Amino acid sequence: MSAHGKPYVREVSRYRWFLRSPRYMRYMVREVTCVFIALHALVLLVGLKRLSEGREAWETFLDNLTAPFGVQLQLLILAFAIYHSMSWFNVTPKAMPVQIGEKFLPGAVIIGAHYAGWFIVSIALLFLAGVF
Amino acid sequence: MSERIVELEVLRFNPETDAEPRFQRYSVPCMNEWVVLDALNHVKETMDPTLSYRWSCHMAVCGSCGMMINGEPKLACKAFLREYDGVIRVEPLAHFPIQRDLVTVIDDFVTKLKRVKPYLIPKQDQPVEAGEFKQSPAELKKYKQYTLCINCMLCYAACPEYGLVPKFIGPAAISLAHRYNEDSRDGGREQRQQEIASNEGVWECSFVGACSEVCPEHVDPAGALQQVKIKSTVDWYQEHLLPGSKK
Repeated sequence: MSAHGKPYVREVSRYRWFLRSPRYMRYMVREVTCVFIALHALVLLVGLKRLSEGREAWETFLDNLTAPFGVQLQLLILAFAIYHSMSWFNVTPKAMPVQIGEKFLPGAVIIGAHYAGWFIVSIALLFLAGVF
Repeated sequence: MSERIVELEVLRFNPETDAEPRFQRYSVPCMNEWVVLDALNHVKETMDPTLSYRWSCHMAVCGSCGMMINGEPKLACKAFLREYDGVIRVEPLAHFPIQRDLVTVIDDFVTKLKRVKPYLIPKQDQPVEAGEFKQSPAELKKYKQYTLCINCMLCYAACPEYGLVPKFIGPAAISLAHRYNEDSRDGGREQRQQEIASNEGVWECSFVGACSEVCPEHVDPAGALQQVKIKSTVDWYQEHLLPGSKK
């Protein structure tokens, strides 16, 4: 270490560090939007509980979901859930590189495969839900 | 060759006389083609010989001149003045203690680098007469990008996790451990896992990704760390769910 005086240590703020750079802000948005995924899970859990309580409770729950506030809440959750999922899909090539011989599969292919999987699962779910 | 006056605002700190750092402004006549390191050299040679900073190769190979330039971790030899307007603020690399002016104390990084054993540990010792350890081009390609790391520590200055939790082994050291783990000639993964698959290792990383964005050699430390996480998770499942599959 130093033979000529004490080195100076700059403290990093525990609460404001992410304001230092736009890339930290992007990271925080990606992380914080997971709250909306949890919110969606909560809506589903409440729905299950209401279902177990009988027909009347279930229908009140459905009425609440289709009321303007319920629709707005779900649209909000959907928007943030999409953002959250996309932000993770877009970093998958880093975590899961695919090497074929001496070449790596382009990142766009790996990201594209995730979107394709997402699309197929969504269509299957909508089909099971009787939308088609 | 056109010339312009560049305003440099440089963080100064003398541990013998200063309680805390301060900024000093220099008006430097610069050529348009210069990089920030040229401007600093001009200050030192003609204006203020007391200014301290590290540099060596001036061509983005040695990794010595890492500093914060307008708040962004950069190699001063790769930061072209023509890309900056107005005052250019130059500070020592973030997250490292300041030794003097732009010189930081890097002992922490060097110690961590040693801990992850960033060198080839052959699977089996063999005598020199047995010949070289052979490797195919595809096997080389698997880890080649990580060999480009120049230990400049820009990734540590970019990593908010390292700033908040200094015990984190950090991007470059773990990437170099991964580089040897991925090498077909290497057999030292288990020794390195003790360091990098721990709480101070990859599990401290929350994948901000800033390390890869600032790397001057386009290494992808963030990718390396996520791959180590996945492989360590597979290890855990193999160990706990498939008894007998690992030692």
